[in-house]
Order: sequence, then C-alpha cells, then structure tokens
Amino acid sequence: MATLSTHPDCVPIVSYRFGKGATNIDKYIELDGYQAARKAIALGPDGIIAEMKASNLRGRGGAGFPTGLKWSFVPKQSDKPKYVLVNGDESEPGTCKDRLIFEQDPHAVIEGTIIAGLSIQAKMGFIYLRGEYRYLLEITERAVADAYAKGFLGKNIFGSGLDFDIVTQTGAGAYEVGEESALMESLEGKRGIPRIRPPFPAVVGLYGGPTIINNAETIATVPHVFRLGGAEYAKIGTERNGGTRLFCLSGHIERPGVYELPMGYNLRKMIYEVGGGIPGGKKLKAVVPGGASTPALTADEIDIGMDFDQLGKAGSMLGSGGVVVLDETTCMVEFALRTMKFYAHESCGWCIPCREGTDWLKKSLTRLHEGGAVDKDIDNIRYLAENMLGRTFCPLGDAAAMPTIAFVKKFRKEFEDHLDGKGCPHHHAQEPEIALV
Amino acid sequence: MSTQPTLFSPALAARFDKLVTLYPIRRSALVPMLLYAQDEVGYLSDPVIAEIAERVGATELEVRNVISYYSLLRTKPAGKYHVQVCTNISCMLRGGNEILDHCKKKLGIPNKGVTSDGLFSLEEVECIGACSWAPAAQVNYDFHENLTPESIDKVLAEYRTKSEKGAAK
Repeated sequence: MATLSTHPDCVPIVSYRFGKGATNIDKYIELDGYQAARKAIALGPDGIIAEMKASNLRGRGGAGFPTGLKWSFVPKQSDKPKYVLVNGDESEPGTCKDRLIFEQDPHAVIEGTIIAGLSIQAKMGFIYLRGEYRYLLEITERAVADAYAKGFLGKNIFGSGLDFDIVTQTGAGAYEVGEESALMESLEGKRGIPRIRPPFPAVVGLYGGPTIINNAETIATVPHVFRLGGAEYAKIGTERNGGTRLFCLSGHIERPGVYELPMGYNLRKMIYEVGGGIPGGKKLKAVVPGGASTPALTADEIDIGMDFDQLGKAGSMLGSGGVVVLDETTCMVEFALRTMKFYAHESCGWCIPCREGTDWLKKSLTRLHEGGAVDKDIDNIRYLAENMLGRTFCPLGDAAAMPTIAFVKKFRKEFEDHLDGKGCPHHHAQEPEIALV
Repeated sequence: MSTQPTLFSPALAARFDKLVTLYPIRRSALVPMLLYAQDEVGYLSDPVIAEIAERVGATELEVRNVISYYSLLRTKPAGKYHVQVCTNISCMLRGGNEILDHCKKKLGIPNKGVTSDGLFSLEEVECIGACSWAPAAQVNYDFHENLTPESIDKVLAEYRTKSEKGAAK
C-alpha cells in the first residue's frame, strides 16, 4: 500500500482526502465530493474553462502546458464525438504519485474527468492505467461502478440532462504509451507508436475526434480547483505556476516519500528539511529534479524554486515530480548508463534517431563504464545525444538525449576518470550484459 | 460470441463479451483482453491469440504485432509466481541490483529464467512506480517494497508456502 508522507510545509490539496477512506463514494461525498462537478454543470463550458485558466494549473505529466488553455483548443463544433483521455500510464522513472491518487482518491479522478468532459461537451472519457497497476484498476473500476449507481455517470448525470460515460482501460507494459499520441494508439488496440502532429489531439484525437488528454494528477486536481475557486488555487503556487504538486522523493535521502508541496518550493529545503537530508552525513552530488528525462542539477544548483519556469531557466525541467537524490558515492557514468538502458528498452523503434541513438548511447556508455573507451568516446556520446534532440516523432528521443547531455557537461571529470582502461573507479561495477563494440 | 466454444472460463468469456461493447470500436478491447487472458491461461498461446483475434475482429498477425510491443505480454509460460525486480534509477540507488542478484542465487535461475518446478520465474524490469519505497519488486501484480535481501527471502518463502497449501489463486 502506498501512503503519503507529510511534513509541516506540506499543503494538502490533491491529498486533501488521502487516508480518509475516500475510495468509498459516501465518504467522498461527505468530504465535499462531487460538488465540483455540480458547480461545473452550473458554470457551463465557457465558465469551466475560465475557472481553469484562472487557476494557473499546468499539466503534471511533465510538459507543464496550461490546462485551461489546452481545453480551450478543442473546437466547439465537431462532426465526430469528443473524448477525454486520462493518462495514468505513470512510468517515468522516479515517479510514483499517480499510484497514491488512484489508491486513495479514485473519485477525484472520475470527478475531474467529468468536469473535463463538460468543458468540451464530450460524452465519454477513458481512464488509462498502466498494466502493472492492476490493484488500482480494480479500485478505479469499483469507484466508476459506484458513480454510475449514484447517477453521477451515465444518462442525465446529476439530473442535468447531460450524459457522460467513463471506461477504464489497462495498458500492458510500455513507457512510450505515456506519450499522448501513443496512448491513443494503445487505446485503439494498436502498438503504441506516436502519431505525427499537427493535427493535435485537441482537433484530431481518439477515433479521429477532438480529445483532451491530461495526466492523472492534473485531472485529480481539477475538482479541487472548483472546490477552492480558480483564483484561490492559483495563490498557493508561484506566478503562472498554480497550486501544489505531489513530489516523489527517492534515492539517497533519509525520508523518501511522496509529499504534497506548493509549486516553487525550494529544492534545498525539499532535500534537507522535508526529506531529512542525505543518509550517513554524505554529501550531495546531483539531483534529477523531475523524473529520469530531466537534466540533472549539481549540488551547487539546488537553491531553486521547484516550478516549471524556474527549472526551465536553469536548463532543466520540473517534469513529472520525481526528485531523485544522488549522494557523493554515485557513479555518474553508471547512472547515465542505467538511464540509457531504460530508454533503449522503451524506444518504440518507430524513428531512427531514437531507436539507433539510444542503442548506441547504451553501448558507448557500457564501454566507458567498463574501461574500454577512448578519449573521443566522451565527445561522441554528447554529439550523438545532441543530434537526437528535436529529430524524433515524439519526446522520447529528447527524454533520452537531454539528461545524457547534462551528465557529460556537468560531470565530465567523472567520465574522464573511466578512460585509459581504468573502468569504473567506484566499487559496484555491473556484470556486462551486452557485447563490447 | 458467448454461444461459441471458448478457451476461457465462463466469467472471463462473459467479461470479454461485454468489454468489446464498451468502446466505439471492438479493437479497443484488445490490450486489456490480452492481459486478462494471459492472467487466466498463463501465457498467450496460439489458440488464445486466435480466439482474441476473432473477438476483436483483427487478424492473428495484427494481434501478434500488438503482443510483441508490450513488455507484460508473453507467448511462453512464466513461473506461477513471476518475480519482477526493478533496477531502474531510484531502485538502483537503494540496492535494486543486489536484490536482483540475490533472487538469481536464491532461485538458481538467470534473468528471464523459470525454476525447474515452474513455481518461480525472474525478470529484471523497468520502473514499476515504487520509487519512494525503493528497492521494490512485483510478484505477479503484488508490490513488495523497501526490500532487503532478508525481506525478499521472506517474500519468496511465503509464496512457496502459499503454493504448497494450494491456496494460491
């Protein structure tokens, strides 16, 4: 069972109902549940979007696109049915927040999906969960059935005269399916291969209809925006970065856990006060601030507010909220290699820069880690990664390239220490799994 | 479909009959159907693939094409208890590789191996969403977190006992 961690600085918005038995629909209702959907019905599509825009809520999946704006791109008139698709395919390494949401408050996701549907006059929503989260699928299916029984889903929801259905869906193991267009392909019963854009999903999405696709945390936040009011919600965070988010602290940290903190919370405080610092009094070496795909920060770069804009300015990303802490004993080459092994495994193979790039980077990093590399290899690793950037159908290529470039740039000395046949100066060298090139 | 002969239990066959009606297109039921079939049968055998292809109105080739994409889907049997150890970054930093090595030794099988009695199989997996409770593993769909070599021993022993008692699902 996944539980929320707390600290006095935590602000429970998304986690407002965690640990209170809110998987039970009556308990959820008792805790102001399904009031937001009623408010949204009264507001109508334009009112909903105005409230969302006022909240400054930005996409929690990684890109940080303003949610209200995204919804407003869906055309009012459409020959094809419109859809809402909730992305619960959480699989960015370092991220485990959606698990908590579905486990503790599945009705918030359902209510958020209804509101998203109301904003674009859709009649159907899908909640897609990664295949590994089977117990969460069961919890969510039960919650959906309970919502139907209460008349909150189906025909004439809340007696409004409007219809809205939700179907839950499971994946079957694929990081790439967390990418919005691959997600739609998977839901259409196909391999999760990305689609070329434009057209964007807001215009041509699922089954060819206009589609809103949002991360599960974003959708679970929506009812709270209406509970508090968009403007009030916006006040919690920093400028243009409304509200809170669930930060997942992991790695070399005294108190790992998922904490709900305001947007813009200082990273140093997050590590040393909220997370209790680094075990054994060791020094910090690096932080991956928002999941495996975000460029690492060095120990000198952690006096920063954790929001989309401040991290963007620092050359990284807020990403999915996965804060991975690395102490001084970590081998950065091994860490880079493990990251790349992941992307090489998960690349769908559709476009060449990603398919070949991730594989060659994995081979090059393996060779470097084992002591078989020559000087030139370090620049080659960076060159290869830089040439993947922006040259792929979907962001997986960038996700693999960006952290690699940062590792080489910021920790070059460590890469050099592996040269001249020395291999890894740290103790825990892995057994080789692939042949040397 | 429900009147046709089926490879699945009546409950699963009924679930599949309903599943294809939930979506705008039948094909949308494919990925969940493959996973649920695998859960019941153990793996996606040729006859299973043929039946599912018919149920969603796709060719067997199209279904195989989808199967090969998803890492949870398999066309060969795994152990009764499929031990999936995460070694991705957050788990690696807290001893995920050591847990994997320990399982290899304890079970006497390599990565992707199956024990000779068919009870356990082992697989090194990518991030399973347990980063803040690392290192972690999944046995079938059950999460086991904050692992140590001692605690994973206990976990494996419990599954062995469960199987011996015949209480396993």
